[in-house]
Amino acid sequence: MPTVLFVSHTGVEYPVDAHVGDTVMTAALDNAVPGIEAECGGGCSCGTCHVYLDAAWVDRAGDITEMEEGMLDFVVAREPTSRLCCQITLNDSLDGLVVRIPKSQF
Amino acid sequence: METDPWALHPCRPGADPWSLPLAQFDLSNPRLYAEGVWHPFFARLRQQEPVHYCAESPFGPYWSVTRFRDIQEVESQHALFSSEPTVLLGNPPRDFYLQPGFIAMDPPRHTLTRAAAQPAVGVANLGLLEPLIRERAVAILDALPLGVEFDWVERVAVELTTQMLATLFDFPLEQRHLLTHWSDVATSSPRQPGPLRITPEEWRQSMRECLEVFTGLWNERAARPPRQPLDLVSLLAQHPATCAMTPMEYLGNLLLLIVGGNDTTRHSLTGGVLALHENPEQLAKLHAEPGLVASLVPEIIRWQTPLAYMRRTATADCELAGRRIRAGEKVLLWYLSGNRDASEIPDADLFIVDRARPRHHLSFGFGIHRCMGNRLAEMQLRIVWEEILRRFRRIEVCGPPQRVMSCFVHGFERLPVRVHGL
Repeated sequence: MPTVLFVSHTGVEYPVDAHVGDTVMTAALDNAVPGIEAECGGGCSCGTCHVYLDAAWVDRAGDITEMEEGMLDFVVAREPTSRLCCQITLNDSLDGLVVRIPKSQF
Repeated sequence: METDPWALHPCRPGADPWSLPLAQFDLSNPRLYAEGVWHPFFARLRQQEPVHYCAESPFGPYWSVTRFRDIQEVESQHALFSSEPTVLLGNPPRDFYLQPGFIAMDPPRHTLTRAAAQPAVGVANLGLLEPLIRERAVAILDALPLGVEFDWVERVAVELTTQMLATLFDFPLEQRHLLTHWSDVATSSPRQPGPLRITPEEWRQSMRECLEVFTGLWNERAARPPRQPLDLVSLLAQHPATCAMTPMEYLGNLLLLIVGGNDTTRHSLTGGVLALHENPEQLAKLHAEPGLVASLVPEIIRWQTPLAYMRRTATADCELAGRRIRAGEKVLLWYLSGNRDASEIPDADLFIVDRARPRHHLSFGFGIHRCMGNRLAEMQLRIVWEEILRRFRRIEVCGPPQRVMSCFVHGFERLPVRVHGL
């Protein structure tokens, strides 16, 4: 059971026990982590589950598809480690994943 | 003499929605929307038969999905509930030569085409467009006469959305009325009542004209270096996934973008005026705290729901809310109803400008087909309402609204108003 640590833009930490095979977005929604809106429910179509990965996790989180790349044009304040967390599926190698939540999804 | 069969349909304005047998419910009757009486029909279905089968309609049998959660469930299973061949209730005529836009495609074609057009409505491009939209909104609002009746649809809603659409296509501004016309034609047909009553030949003629004009723009842009802000024609003409589209595929995608960018915001711009006229206490909140425009905008979009439904087609036998749906059957996702589902949205039948979760609505759809232009739509509405609140104490609706005769486009032909200065 991988754990994911969500960190708000003000530094509040939300540790979450997640399940292998779930997306990071699902883990956030199931645990009512504030700041992950996920308006399209994981369809990679709204850009409101934007997070910043800690640099150490970028490679393990998998590649960015062309579709996700397109949606990242929609997010406010994109950074080099920006991802849409509906597109990151949890596996054991992501146990301990740290993601930061942006100040706003809109 | 009355010749419209819908006028005599059992499921029509004047019928009692609470005693009419459920078997006679046919929500495709456009008169329910033209007269604005759809609401209790859906309330009954949500309560008594939330996934409803209409065995007979002019478009053949179809299912209606009316609850928020069930609509989300269908939309998240995009392989089981396909968007092909169309997202409209009526199937395309057999001799239909038009290819569907990406709204009526499944992955992977959907993904590729949508991705090509997407940068036009991305954050960076919207930032470039915002000053232009504001300038045009200000010009339109400043030209309105105080205390004199005029039609809000024609003078403000159509004008503003059409100018915006022309900008998105980098279409000659002085010919922008053509875009409105093609949008109206595209959502009308002799089989499926819409804004216009036209013959099949007139329909074809108009679509050919649209393609001809846009082919000229395509040829001019295909080799032109990109300019800022990005325009949709250049994006499609230059993206590797779309640059080899056939003319009919191009036309299909253009119509999608024209209708999507025109009809929808036009009707939300008008619906918001009517909603605030009918709810003066909500307008008072806005004047007291103009920052509430941020939640006003999504509330208007929920309240109006400018596209009443989207259709899917089941690709396999399946079950939804206890009902057995068979492969090949049509399934209508009634956003109009899901947005009034009180089990999901508190006080769903009230228009409230300061809701806690105003973006929790289905007007943009859900899942992979979620409206691509949603940020643009919200920006347009935000700018217009910011500028309205700076100028007008209220916008008085001074006559009955005239609504679109369509079960798909949920909006207004005409809204007589008078504006009153601060």
